[in-house]
Amino acid sequence: MTQLQKQIINLNNVTIRFTGDSGDGMQLVGTLFSDTSALFGNDVSTFPDYPSEIRAPQGTVAGVSGFQVHIGHNKIHTPGDYCDVLVAMNPAALKANLKWAKRGATIIVDADTFDDKHLQKAGYVTNPLTDNSLQPYNLICAPISSQTHACLSDTQLDNKSIMRCKNMFALGITYSLFNRPFEHTFTYFEEKFAKYPALIEANKKVLREGYIFAENTHAMPSASIEPAKIEKGKYRNMNGNTAVAWGLMAAAEKSQLPLFLGSYPITPATDILQELAKHKNLGVKTFQAEDEIAGICTAIGAAYAGNLAVTTTSGPGLALKTEAIGLACMMEIPIVIVNVQRGGPSTGLPTKTEQADLMQAIYGRNGEAPCIVIAATTPSDCFYYAYIAAKLTLEHMTPVILLTDGFLANGSQPWKVITMNELPPITPRLQTQKLSEHTPFMRNDDTLARNWVIPGTPELMHRIGSLEKDFVTGQASHVPENHHKMVTLRKEKVEKVVRVIPPLHTEGEEYGDLLVVGWGGTYGHLLSAVQELLLEGKHIALAQFNYIYPLPANTKEVFKRYKKILVCELNLGQFANYLRIECQEFSYLQYNKVQGLPFTVEEIKRECLKHL
Amino acid sequence: MTQTYTAQDLKSSVEVKWCAGCGDHAVLNALQKAMPQCGIPIENIVVVSGIGCSSRLPYYMNTYGMHTIHGRASAIASGVKSANPQLSVWQITGDGDCLAIGGNHFIHAVRRNIDINIILFNNEIYGLTKGQYSPTTKRGQVTKTSPMGTIETPFNPGELTIGCRGTFFARAIDNNIQLCTDVMIQAQNHKGTSVVEVLQNCVIFNNGAHEYYTNRNEKEDRQVILEHGKAMVFGKEKNKGIVLKGMELQVVTIGKDGITEADILIHDAHNQNPTIHNMLVSMKGPDFPIALGVIRDVTEPTYDDALIEQIETARNTSHIHCMDELFSSGEIWEIK
Repeated sequence: MTQLQKQIINLNNVTIRFTGDSGDGMQLVGTLFSDTSALFGNDVSTFPDYPSEIRAPQGTVAGVSGFQVHIGHNKIHTPGDYCDVLVAMNPAALKANLKWAKRGATIIVDADTFDDKHLQKAGYVTNPLTDNSLQPYNLICAPISSQTHACLSDTQLDNKSIMRCKNMFALGITYSLFNRPFEHTFTYFEEKFAKYPALIEANKKVLREGYIFAENTHAMPSASIEPAKIEKGKYRNMNGNTAVAWGLMAAAEKSQLPLFLGSYPITPATDILQELAKHKNLGVKTFQAEDEIAGICTAIGAAYAGNLAVTTTSGPGLALKTEAIGLACMMEIPIVIVNVQRGGPSTGLPTKTEQADLMQAIYGRNGEAPCIVIAATTPSDCFYYAYIAAKLTLEHMTPVILLTDGFLANGSQPWKVITMNELPPITPRLQTQKLSEHTPFMRNDDTLARNWVIPGTPELMHRIGSLEKDFVTGQASHVPENHHKMVTLRKEKVEKVVRVIPPLHTEGEEYGDLLVVGWGGTYGHLLSAVQELLLEGKHIALAQFNYIYPLPANTKEVFKRYKKILVCELNLGQFANYLRIECQEFSYLQYNKVQGLPFTVEEIKRECLKHL
Repeated sequence: MTQTYTAQDLKSSVEVKWCAGCGDHAVLNALQKAMPQCGIPIENIVVVSGIGCSSRLPYYMNTYGMHTIHGRASAIASGVKSANPQLSVWQITGDGDCLAIGGNHFIHAVRRNIDINIILFNNEIYGLTKGQYSPTTKRGQVTKTSPMGTIETPFNPGELTIGCRGTFFARAIDNNIQLCTDVMIQAQNHKGTSVVEVLQNCVIFNNGAHEYYTNRNEKEDRQVILEHGKAMVFGKEKNKGIVLKGMELQVVTIGKDGITEADILIHDAHNQNPTIHNMLVSMKGPDFPIALGVIRDVTEPTYDDALIEQIETARNTSHIHCMDELFSSGEIWEIK
């Protein structure tokens, strides 16, 4: 190497996976890399993959935490199946993640950690750095620990603080590989460590050292991802949980109601509660309840009192809220229930993604207790569907369950900044004047939604409750015919929502051999697979459902246009079975995966090809 | 106050369906007498209940009301109050609803000191399910689910309330409507969670549960009605009193063993220290009279006040006041 000449290769998109001990700061470096890339103008999509233990034993495979980021020059829809660059801070991280590296991928390891002790903890019999097993890859052995130590040895920092900077060395290497600017990261240090100037300097220094190390060793040609060609406008990075929180706040402002969240912390939904707790300046009330049941019950109380009421949870919490959801159906009050699905049953895989709560959302209550069920499909459209969930519940006076999942919740994407006047109006069914005798239970003929009279309104005092009520007077009633009438009415009220939801649209060929059907968070992977197959000349299309109950009015119309229907979902076939009930005249092929992981584009393509 | 109203105005058109002779009738009457004396506009009253005989009460009140699900009334009432602190929120609950299935919500409502009034009808039995033991049933009592007697130690609702750092606890008996009314008014006037235990008789499944204390001929000797600032004197001849001897309460007779009125404890409901309040709620026969009236009434910050205060502070200090400002705050980039 006589002269260092930087050679920049333009790539369309790259997937990088940062992995290390759960205490190594991998989520942070992943986030810094993705934010820096987004600011640079790339399209980005991220996927954190972390263990459910906060600090599993150091150096073991169980304790490995990962963060994958996909950056692109073009529009991208997934965080990437397999990575082009794998950063492994110790042998366990390498062991756990090598299967996610493409053949030929660049692997950056902290060579200092590949000693006997760490190799043994990770379960390696021989050292992968020397036994030739990594021969198919582009291996960069970087002495990350020792270099970090060396460059900070003249500071006042203790050894522990020094070692906590080593993630920045790894980040510096990737910044060099992909030609990223430092500014955003430096600003982050300055804000985060405002009280500890020594740490600001230390982190900056280590980041630079990592960058210089990569330049000097010239281990790999530097790659540059040019800014993406995405729609003009202002953008910000948004993960699904934040998007849900903001969508709810937007709905509260639009409907001119205070927002109330009753919730109990549960992975992976907790961030919605934490996000909303930050926005008291916008009048948001968050009530951290004593349990899941109290989470929804406080929300029911708040709804009765006239707030836009929400409860957020994940699968096991939804199970606990079941009886109270029935109460909300029975009392016909507006409430949004957000379920960020995770691997189940029981505690299951708390930090992993799954779509196995669909039946619970549609049917999981005692008695005939229908709820509107909708699902978000991308991290950024969690904003819109949270907004729509609030709109539907306020205008139709029946509970709405919004399904997201761990993948959407933690994944991030650029979100196009909107203004409030771009959002559809929300008209709560508030009644403030006495109109006639039994006014609190008067219904809109079109929607069947009853009027919403809130305490504090003179002359309209009334009681509602969990007992069946008379259709006319609203008083408790055990009359057999009345019960039948009311059960039917509550179902019809939900079904009438079909008139306000948009038709199902397909992406791909309008008529064809195969319709791939998905719902919720699998959208990006299914769309990427379908798009690639379209480029290969296949007659294929994707129909991704946001509206589950009721289904869009044209669902059967769409299904008719394809020879085969393949329903892909991250469970054992719940949506397929639901379609077998709702749209019986079609036969459905299934592709199911229940590994706590999103689909890969590759496996979807492979499955589609079987049927083409 | 927008308009005055009477107990009669609080009666709804729904027919009251409790058993004849049930103590619930009296408590309903007391509540309807108390509310007009509290100065709350009628449309600002919300009565929330769970499940059980007593939980039917909201249907009989011409106020806003919710009859909900078993055990959850404390949580639902907390939500109502947080959503609109202007409302006067009353929770109607029984010993099973409040202390068994709803125990978790009850203790946390009390701990938060959210400004609601909890009227706990304690008949020491499950009535609506027809006679199973409850968390307040006396140890050893034979019920349908304890044919050989219960093997559980009951809760004392007063001890539980104070144990949850409760700021207000009162006890009354269904056959003393005046006392019920008085403590309900004081409960409403107290800022924070007010717990009112009403010893209530279930005429069908646990008739006479409180007979020892309510017995017409003996009740003066078996009840001490506490009033803040007054001596704890009781008895048919008003000559009995409570004194503190060492670390224990003791019943004494004035004029005997050199005891004078000056020796009798003065009730201090406002004392932050719960030690004496705890001893008072635990008093029981035959050694002691049962303590009635407002036993504890202390001032602590309330959840609902603090919630509003934080929102006001955040509004005054933040530079973001609407969603459009939030959307364009922080890190944003532009694609041109």
